[in-house]
Amino acid sequence: MVKTIAVVSGKGGTGKTSLTASFAALAAKDVVLADCDVDAANLFLLARPTAQESHPFYGGQIPVRQAERCTGCGACRDACRFQALEEDLSWDSFSCEGCGVCRWVCPQGAISMEKELSGQWHLSETAYGTMVHARLEPGRANSGKLVTRVRQAAGELALEERVSTLLVDGPPGMGCPVIASVTGVTGALVVTEPTRAALHDLTRILDLLRQLGVKAALVINRWDVHEDNCRAAEKLSRDRGTPVLGRIPYHRDFPRAMSRGLPVVEHNQGTLYRNIRDVWLRVQEYF
Amino acid sequence: MIISLASGKGGTGKTTIAVNLALALALSTQVQLVDADVEEPNAHVFLSPVFSRTHEVNLLIPRIRKASCNLCGMCQRVCSFGAMAVLGDRALVLPELCHGCGGCSLLCPQQAIEEAPRLLGLVQQGKAHGLDFLMGTLKVGRALAPPIIERIKELVLPGMEVIVDCSPGSSCSMVSAVRGSDLCLLVVEPSPFGLHDLDLAYRVTRKLGLSAGLIINRQEMKYSPLEEYAEEKGLPILARFPYDRQMATLSAQGRLPYLDLPPWREKFTLLAQRLLQMKEEVRERGRRPW
Repeated sequence: MVKTIAVVSGKGGTGKTSLTASFAALAAKDVVLADCDVDAANLFLLARPTAQESHPFYGGQIPVRQAERCTGCGACRDACRFQALEEDLSWDSFSCEGCGVCRWVCPQGAISMEKELSGQWHLSETAYGTMVHARLEPGRANSGKLVTRVRQAAGELALEERVSTLLVDGPPGMGCPVIASVTGVTGALVVTEPTRAALHDLTRILDLLRQLGVKAALVINRWDVHEDNCRAAEKLSRDRGTPVLGRIPYHRDFPRAMSRGLPVVEHNQGTLYRNIRDVWLRVQEYF
Repeated sequence: MIISLASGKGGTGKTTIAVNLALALALSTQVQLVDADVEEPNAHVFLSPVFSRTHEVNLLIPRIRKASCNLCGMCQRVCSFGAMAVLGDRALVLPELCHGCGGCSLLCPQQAIEEAPRLLGLVQQGKAHGLDFLMGTLKVGRALAPPIIERIKELVLPGMEVIVDCSPGSSCSMVSAVRGSDLCLLVVEPSPFGLHDLDLAYRVTRKLGLSAGLIINRQEMKYSPLEEYAEEKGLPILARFPYDRQMATLSAQGRLPYLDLPPWREKFTLLAQRLLQMKEEVRERGRRPW
């Protein structure tokens, strides 16, 4: 496996994608990118991709009934644990988890399970290296499975292309897509911000990473919005044995670069550039 | 009226707006604040509720009685989630992958599978600043948020205005949280990322037949693609909040701009009034689009 670094946060909106794009730009093509935020994939907005390959993603199954065989006995509804069958035995597609129990319990064998097309994943060339990214159909479940698919494809690509690093842009939160993004990685960089809400979430994401046995490090974005909270985040992190690899200030060049569709290090060539470059160097060294 | 706050993109200000809006609404009526972002709940950071009840949310996970198991592999066949593994000499459960569908236990020909509860998370009930407060927390390391969100919804008190703070994203957690609300407020920042993700969240509201309105947050200048998008989709802009460093610092401290900054008290009061005025309209429209 190529060295794989996942960029996660717990709290949303801390700057994961912005930083991942800048790291990619600094890596000078010696990187493969995986956008694992399949619910809301944004990395492509900064990486100027040309889509090369697209693949369908079948996340789960949906039940289909053969009306002629159905006697209306309701065994399916009685067995469903997700309240996915209405009074009239029609399916609620949002509640249905595709478990298939209805199919097994139907005494008439009237139900079959069919693959559900729930998204797409793509392989693109970008300005910074090959990127694997995906789009889950809005409202669909099994995002963790799609993340796993993205990681698998990106991992294979990284080996083929003999790059030094696979950079994973992770989703916010702590649930199955995050777990799928960090399982088995070389390390996780946690991007936080100096707010009380983020401090609360930081404890949780660090606990998750420790539980999963993933080596972690911290970077504090927009650190100067609140210096006391920044220090609190650093202390919290160090108390958990997680080193702090740097602080990045709030800077107008972030939104400016985003409007231009560029990673901030392509837009800013001054102090901010050097700041982010130093963090990237430390990330490479630590993991 | 149940109002949910969603966004697509993380960090747009859902929680900040939810808590301050709830306080503004509470001037006129009884309000319940529900934190359905069970992976990273934050409303309590701002409101410091006093909790009176805690409910455990469990998933029923299979347990194999080895003595009765003949390694036939039926459980592995039945399981759609890869949570059952029948290897040469043993059958294993992978609890992290289990969705609690009960299929394996139901269908084991040897009746060798029983189910035992596994803690998924907690739902806590309490009060804060005169609001009723409900929050769910996913246990660290668990993968499935929706069962906790469904439990939270069961505990919502009837006959009050309800504000539901939801998770970012557009998949099952967000759907679970917004579903059943009367109106979904989409909180967006005027930026390319914000707009891209707003579209994903908006599509969910369309699929659910849920009325939606926009709150543009942290605006310094109008972002024309967003304005055009709102116009094209017929999404009413219910509030436009400016970027405000003071507001940001206060919120960073976990304090409440509604209480400490008069201009923001006014903004939230206006939004609350507007929403209350819309109440009849929202109810009548039911699940039809604007």
